[in-house]
Amino acid sequence: MESQLSNVLNIENLSVDVGERNILKSLNLTIKSGEIHALMGPNGAGKSTLAQAIIGNPKYKITSGRILVNGKDITDLQLYERAREGLFLAFQEPVAVQGLKYINFLRTAYMSLHPNEKLEYKKFIEQVQELLGLFRLDKSFVERSLNDGLSGGEKKRMEALQMLLFKPKFVILDEIDSGLDVDALKIVAEAVKKAKENGTGILIITHYKRILDYVSPDFIHVLVDGTIVESGKAEIAKKIEEFGYDYYRRGEASAKVG
Amino acid sequence: MQKLDENFEIRKDKYDFRTNIKPVYQVGQGLTRAVVEEISRVKKEPEWMKNIRLRALEIFNSKPLPTWGPDLSELNFDEITYYIKPEERKSTSWDEVPKEIKETFDKLGVPEMERKYLAGTVAQFESEGVYSKIKKQWEEKGVIFMDMDSALQRYPDIIREHFGRVVPASDNKFAALNTAVWSGGSFLYIPRGVHVDLPVQAYFRMNGELEGQFERTLIIAEEGASVHYIEGCTAPTYSRYALHAAVVEVYAKKNSKVRYTSIQNWSDNVINLPTKRAWVEENARMEWVQGSLGSKITMTYPSSILRGEYASTSNLNVALAMGEVWKDNGAKVVHAAPNTSSKVVAKSISGRGGMSVYRGLLRINQGAYNSKSSVQCDALIVDDVSKSNTYPHNEILEDTAAFSHEASVGKISEEQINYLMSRGIREEDARSLIVLGFLDDVLKEIPLEYSIEFNKLIRLEMSKMGAVG
Repeated sequence: MESQLSNVLNIENLSVDVGERNILKSLNLTIKSGEIHALMGPNGAGKSTLAQAIIGNPKYKITSGRILVNGKDITDLQLYERAREGLFLAFQEPVAVQGLKYINFLRTAYMSLHPNEKLEYKKFIEQVQELLGLFRLDKSFVERSLNDGLSGGEKKRMEALQMLLFKPKFVILDEIDSGLDVDALKIVAEAVKKAKENGTGILIITHYKRILDYVSPDFIHVLVDGTIVESGKAEIAKKIEEFGYDYYRRGEASAKVG
Repeated sequence: MQKLDENFEIRKDKYDFRTNIKPVYQVGQGLTRAVVEEISRVKKEPEWMKNIRLRALEIFNSKPLPTWGPDLSELNFDEITYYIKPEERKSTSWDEVPKEIKETFDKLGVPEMERKYLAGTVAQFESEGVYSKIKKQWEEKGVIFMDMDSALQRYPDIIREHFGRVVPASDNKFAALNTAVWSGGSFLYIPRGVHVDLPVQAYFRMNGELEGQFERTLIIAEEGASVHYIEGCTAPTYSRYALHAAVVEVYAKKNSKVRYTSIQNWSDNVINLPTKRAWVEENARMEWVQGSLGSKITMTYPSSILRGEYASTSNLNVALAMGEVWKDNGAKVVHAAPNTSSKVVAKSISGRGGMSVYRGLLRINQGAYNSKSSVQCDALIVDDVSKSNTYPHNEILEDTAAFSHEASVGKISEEQINYLMSRGIREEDARSLIVLGFLDDVLKEIPLEYSIEFNKLIRLEMSKMGAVG
């Protein structure tokens, strides 16, 4: 059934400013159902900016270009509306809300994202608890406060959990691998593969090759200074590891392409 | 689990309706010796009560308006009507309550709550209790729950012994006013060793403007008794003010436990100035739970005087200050015996220009060995035009006492809103979730029906808010 899904996320000539600064410059990217894309790049290249601009954080001003989900232009939609169109970001540093219980948050979010589904509370809790098990998190997490007093690794796992629970069309994972130990990384990588099997289109933002060894992305893109300078397959990750991002900055990549 | 995102209707105006009745009697406007005497005469009171009233009137006249808190200058004591008797009868069956008044309480859900989970109910309309009932099983055990005027007629000796001792008329200007013109309120008596395992509720309804409601409540829990008393208050909105100045006196005797939950949702024109205090004897426990949703001005500082060894108290306060309102809430605790303990938690939300104040007094007397106390006040300000202040006053006179005080002021951050919105949640719902999260640990202490009201009200308030400042 999943294989029949054919969603497409198009990012066309996207330019984004933060404050007065131009960060992204005419960026193009297309992600389809069941594809895993990795976006690599040095600090400050604009990776997180791309993630925030896609989901509609108002701080990130789109100055030109558009974002389309299955051909529908969502560039002017608010955050919550884009989420309802099927976009999901696993935050690099998810913010805490004291006293807001996970179960309450997850349920409110789920009902907002799937307004036509009749949600049985008991089944929903069971589903959440099953997922907690999958991520090796204690069942008592449902009663804990959102991102409050969690370790870095726990927060990341809860972000990945939401990815499976909410069933979005497209997922952006913003440095989901930072702060994870090897065991947790494997668990998260399994979840990403599962999302892929379910037909989700995935964009993994990372500095490191490590997570890519577990999830084997279909495409790797290199972002430098707000532009994708190279796209390709697994060999790119090796190249980055060998030569570093300076390789692209010096313009050697373009010289060697083709 | 509270339902947050379902299609319930938000109805603040559930309470905002006027009942069309003609009172059977009311005194003229203004406060004079003649008015006080008239109230006492109409009520056919014993002479000693009339004298208490008249002395209190003198005290009231001798005290200035407090100026250390919100501005009370709007109050003009000459234009207020102090006593309005809506109805001749006092009923113990809803069928006997006049139709308009019964319909009023039906709309407020009072008989329904009574059927569902209460051991007893007193319902007051304007100045008088119109209905009171205690379920038979408790009546048989000697529990008394009725309006205060009836109690004065039936149990004058008990009233005389306890009236005005915990809260003397001289305590403050509005305690004096209440003592002079009090009417209605409830009398709750729990005999030795009786545990009333369902709450009892008194519901106070005001119906007009430029009028006052001055109910007088007396709660006596004898040795080893326990009870949970709930108080609900509402009124319709008017352009001019209405004054509510209650006095509540609680006697928590040895080994007893009293919980007093007050949920006031007065309309935006009500000035709410009650005085509430408990004497807590040896090993007894007094719990104050205050939900302050409505009113234009509120000044209330429920107090516990821990008089016996091992007496304890908790004071939980949640205040919403949304719009042009001033909430001056707090707590007073006096540790007057060894090994006593107290815990004060106050949370407030201010928005749309609202002002919330925590004002507290915590005293541990010399000789109250090994007493413990903690005070925590947290404020959440939801926009850039609202305010919150904290005035804790702590007098720790005993070296062996342990005392802690924590205070925090927070704001809703843009990051929090964005995170929640990125999960498909609308901005106003995101705000509600954050506010309700902030209140979570105190809301669960509030009876379910009222915490649902709280939920709805917060959602309503958040939907009125603009974009993040």
